Amino acid sequence: MDGLLPDLEIVRKDFPILERTVADGRPLVYLDSANTSQKPQCVVDAMVDHLEHHNANVARAMHTLGAEATEAFEHSRDVVAGFLHARSRDEVVFTKNASEALNLVANTLAWADAPLGVGAGDRVVITEMEHHSNIVPWQLLTQRKGAELRWFGLTDDGHLDLSRIDELITPNTKVVALTWVSNMLGTVNPVAEIARRAHEVGALVVVDASQAAPQLPIDVQAIDADFLAFTGHKTVGPTGIGVLWGRLELLEQLPPFLGGGEMIETVTMETSTYAHPPHKFEAGTPPIVEAVGLGAALTYLSEIGLDAIHAHEQAITRYLLDGLAGVEGVTVLGPAEVAERGGAVSFEVAGVHPHDVAQLLDSRGVAVRAGHHCAKPAHRRFGVQSSTRASSYLYTTPEEIEAFIEALQYTKSYFKV
Amino acid sequence: MTQQADLDAMYQEIILDHYKNPQHKGLREPYEAEVHHVNPTCGDEVTLRVHLSADGTVVEDVSYDAEGCSISQAAASVMTELVIGRSVADALKLHETFLELMQGKGTVEPDEDVLEDGVAFAGVAKFPARVKCALLSWMAWKDATARITSQGATPKETS
Repeated sequence: MDGLLPDLEIVRKDFPILERTVADGRPLVYLDSANTSQKPQCVVDAMVDHLEHHNANVARAMHTLGAEATEAFEHSRDVVAGFLHARSRDEVVFTKNASEALNLVANTLAWADAPLGVGAGDRVVITEMEHHSNIVPWQLLTQRKGAELRWFGLTDDGHLDLSRIDELITPNTKVVALTWVSNMLGTVNPVAEIARRAHEVGALVVVDASQAAPQLPIDVQAIDADFLAFTGHKTVGPTGIGVLWGRLELLEQLPPFLGGGEMIETVTMETSTYAHPPHKFEAGTPPIVEAVGLGAALTYLSEIGLDAIHAHEQAITRYLLDGLAGVEGVTVLGPAEVAERGGAVSFEVAGVHPHDVAQLLDSRGVAVRAGHHCAKPAHRRFGVQSSTRASSYLYTTPEEIEAFIEALQYTKSYFKV
Repeated sequence: MTQQADLDAMYQEIILDHYKNPQHKGLREPYEAEVHHVNPTCGDEVTLRVHLSADGTVVEDVSYDAEGCSISQAAASVMTELVIGRSVADALKLHETFLELMQGKGTVEPDEDVLEDGVAFAGVAKFPARVKCALLSWMAWKDATARITSQGATPKETS
């Protein structure tokens, strides 16, 4: 099969969990990586090593361990900056996840003065395929400020409907927030093109890269975004760490998000002045060991190469789509063409509810997600309440896809459909 | 028990029968309370109406419109079979008994004389992620009933 990682068997050995068995001794077939990815040994080791040998608080402990911990933490910021092709390491803010990163932007834009801030009569544009984490913060912002929330609809084949772009992105549009890759439909969106249109009217562009970061090379300068968020645990890193990247001049202009330790310059009882970005947005002790783990994770992905990972995902996803096409009663949601999508495939099985599909697949050792995948509006758009989603990653093999398809056939026979 | 056996214990024929042929389904009148309950993690939904006798002591009718998995659909069907025609007090006791069964992690031995087709759900208790599926319509029924008995609601009919 063309496109697979040449060292797939070696890559798999990097992920110890893939060796375990489930469901009466069956090998684990993990197809829930869009939910959270598995972790390579080097990430586990980096975190354990940090806790065993270098643990201290960062940027405030005047001793050897404090210096080592700070260096490790800040080294991860350099790794992230490199991973995103950021102009400066100061553009990288550590958060606890992508949701917090997106909420940070939405909240500080609510608090910012004009012209940056969003106020009454302004417009925020999102899309119907967003994860709830890129919908709800903008609902809260627009509701609180008396601003207007609008969105791109979707075409029947799961793409953004760009036919009304000039009606949507208007001179009063202050923010255009969209996902790069849909977690439900898999669609890869033309973020650079939309950013260009948004910038023509002076709007800020916020990109949710939670599903893009694991599988596409990211260059924030090339797509010309203003803010970009992703989460560590989908990029083979740990939970509890996310990233907000923002253009430095914007981060400098935005007001602080959370107040507390480490985000200040000086504090009196009456008032405070604030640290420069990124620390201005990192109140309190940050997720230190999680940042160390994220640094190791992104280094690991970069060593394999995001282009190679993307090619692998494309090959596996094509095989998965072909396999599903051969199962009667299965309807795939989202683009049929693999080049237009990422490695998450949501589908329906006629006559079997997604919960029951997932339960039966689990009994055969196959882990998938069932439900609305935190994208209820996207499901509603396609007239479905929920779906089953199989999502691969750099460790997924063609044999696992075959096991999944076989388990799906078994599911259908179990429910007699 | 193997996982396969656990699975077969959950997907009993009775459950699959109720799933394919749900009893008392559809929204009917009259009713004194209508509730809408959802399972936010998976999106399963039920809209459920309860009609009590004029003195509020007997469950005259329970009607519902639901979308969800086999367990949640079968549970709604079995629940209506169990509570319709019963006194509110007895139905609430049944709800408690079913709740104990579901929360028992597979250790509670159900009494078929009490729970009738409800005993088929004993196997669900071993799958923590599915317990809330089995309870969705029961919780909706209890909520609707509580609204009627606490507010002395009067029958609604749209004509």
